Amino acid sequence: MKKTVFLGALTVAGLAAGAAAAGTLDDVKARGKLNCGVTTGLVGFAAPDANGEWHGFDVAVCRAVAAAVLGDPTAVEFVPTTGKTRFTALGSGEVDMLARNTTWTLSRDVDLKFTFVGINYYDGQGFMVPKALGVSSAKELNGATVCIQTGTTTELNLADFFRKNNISYEPVPIETNAEGQQQYLAGACDTYTTDISGLAATRATFENPADHVVLPEVVSKEPLGPLVRHGDDEWADVTRWTLNALIAAEEMGITSANVKEMASAPGSNPEINRILGTEGNLGEMLGLSADWAVNAISAGGNYGEIFARNIGENTPIGLARGLNAQWTDGGLLYSPPFR
Amino acid sequence: MATVSEPPKEAFRLSQLIYDTRYRSMTIQIVALVAFLILIGWLISNTAQNLADLGKEPSFRFLGESAGYDINQRLIDYNNQDSHMRAAVVGILNTLLVAILGCATATILGVIIGVARLSKNWLVGRLMTIYVEIFRNVPVLLWIVFIMAILIETLPPPNAFRGDDPDATMKLFDTVAITNRGVYIPDPVFGADAKDEKGEFLEEPVGWRVGLGDFPIGASRDNPACESYYATEGPGAGEPAASCGTFQVSLDLLLVLAVLVSGFYASHRIKRRADRIQEATGLRPVTWYLRLGVVVLPFAITLWALGFYFAYPELRGFNFQGGTHMRNSLIALWLALSLYTAAFIAEIVRAGILAISHGQTEAAAALGLRPKRIMNLVILPQALRVIIPPLISMWLNLTKNSSLAIAVGYMDITGTLMGITLNQTGRELETVLLGMLIYLTISLIISAVMNWYNRSVKLVER
Repeated sequence: MKKTVFLGALTVAGLAAGAAAAGTLDDVKARGKLNCGVTTGLVGFAAPDANGEWHGFDVAVCRAVAAAVLGDPTAVEFVPTTGKTRFTALGSGEVDMLARNTTWTLSRDVDLKFTFVGINYYDGQGFMVPKALGVSSAKELNGATVCIQTGTTTELNLADFFRKNNISYEPVPIETNAEGQQQYLAGACDTYTTDISGLAATRATFENPADHVVLPEVVSKEPLGPLVRHGDDEWADVTRWTLNALIAAEEMGITSANVKEMASAPGSNPEINRILGTEGNLGEMLGLSADWAVNAISAGGNYGEIFARNIGENTPIGLARGLNAQWTDGGLLYSPPFR
Repeated sequence: MATVSEPPKEAFRLSQLIYDTRYRSMTIQIVALVAFLILIGWLISNTAQNLADLGKEPSFRFLGESAGYDINQRLIDYNNQDSHMRAAVVGILNTLLVAILGCATATILGVIIGVARLSKNWLVGRLMTIYVEIFRNVPVLLWIVFIMAILIETLPPPNAFRGDDPDATMKLFDTVAITNRGVYIPDPVFGADAKDEKGEFLEEPVGWRVGLGDFPIGASRDNPACESYYATEGPGAGEPAASCGTFQVSLDLLLVLAVLVSGFYASHRIKRRADRIQEATGLRPVTWYLRLGVVVLPFAITLWALGFYFAYPELRGFNFQGGTHMRNSLIALWLALSLYTAAFIAEIVRAGILAISHGQTEAAAALGLRPKRIMNLVILPQALRVIIPPLISMWLNLTKNSSLAIAVGYMDITGTLMGITLNQTGRELETVLLGMLIYLTISLIISAVMNWYNRSVKLVER
């Protein structure tokens, strides 16, 4: 007897493009964990330490959001992304938010369908050169070989800068910061260009940081901020106001040291009371618990504390507050009112 | 007496589709095909629906927009104001360049190693075995990154060539500079009398050997870049600027190639004549100087008349200028892909040779042929029939593996269209689909050509 057996193995490649369109807040709560996209490693902004713990300025934003939503700053799954993979990771729902020194531009906001929830670092693109090269201005870089991370706005700024000044260059595209560092230190490129904060962070890891200078030209505006998928306003609000809470906390003098005490009973300042949930129902409006901001601030401190601990002047990276000071100190940080 | 009668004609019943073995397999195939088509349709509509929900309907308009980024290695003129489409073409040409270089090198190396592995010399045989095992058992990506790291870390940077007592010097009588940014080799150029040492056009050519210049395909008078091409006097008149036209063809090169080809044809005719004389009289006339002469003399005269010279690389500013710059990324990718694929081709060649009966070798030896001639005239031509089909898939593999180029920053089609363009425009689906289509086309062309060649060499059987 002959039997025909038909075995069909059909593998369905799940095209998850935009499958998670709405309800990120509920998804995160149900999962009990926040998936946060960060860099593959940029000291000071996001890098794992020897124990595999992630630390850094961008990481602190992820932790604050996790603390606000889930009450636990450690309930974060960090997903390392490169300049190339980050948008696909966010768009496909692999990560809930991206805190990866990403520049806010119109086309990313509008055409790539993302929502930037604010700016956590005002940056600009610069050039780092070895002191021995004897270059004092980026305009002297005619004919230079430039290492550049591919898939970033820096690539376009670089092309614009050299075209505007009518000088030529040889781009060497690289995939990650580590590769750029290797090529730059070996002299395979004359200069390395990226955001000045990134240059400072990279230089801090060199053996002799003093042998390298960041040129004075800032060739672009690079407002860096966390972003989420377009079309999920609830989730965008949660991340936006968590960031604002960190900024407002510094302005109001709420620190990780005194937040518990200030939140224990309503104080004399009504805005502080509203932020900390002892007055009003801002947490409820966001779909969070009343002490959401308390959790967010306890996670890593207010904006100023996070800055000072990760990239401030007393760290190897040594960035001054500059534009990133509070508006009351002549900077650009300005949180809308909590009301 | 038995009567043989036809079996009664049965009317076709629907149940036969399942129970009759004659129809069952067809039924199953049709059902499977329909299910497969439904699955494909569902995937497509699901993707389209999700993209529509995101507000990102598939569109290829971005291809016409200005790319905005620069590419270091360009075989045709390109600047950051050109379109994404042109950037993609630059990428395709870079892919083809490394694929062609890689396939040629891998095949030559593979044949040599495959033959050497069968050598009776113990040392040579073992060395080749080690080569094959090392290269084919480590992923090609690691080889690419490893070779790149060696090039960057061990070679001197250009500024080591500077000063009175430099750490590094140019090789081969100061004509080749080997740096950790790549190798600068002399650039063959035409029109020695029209240009100065740096390759700039002179106000007045110093002689008549000015070359034929380039012919721009698709040039128009409206394009300001073509102004010098249509000009009748002044420096560089008749010579189009780099961005004039879609692409440019070097007339000098075409002429040189034409002269070379006709030289070889003439040489072939002389050989045929010698063959005829040998067959008729048994004596072969001495023709080697004639055959050499008809190839070399016209070639050399043409080169001289066109003002052929080499532009040597020279350290100016941050980098070497002049000469041809073979970037590290190209060298690392080319070497790694060739060495890796050569290990596989060596095994294919070895298998092909072993497939030829030993009797062939013995028969050839009995005719008095030397071992080298036995290999070249008897064994390899027969082994080729076994070698070519798997060789095709090795070439295809090498071409597809070249998409690992991004690991070393080589701007191939994956780096331009599916890399930077994808990132700047956010059109994942469109760029990746286009990329797949391009690789498919390249691979199918290679297959078609090689299959045609395979048919022409395969044994004709009755």
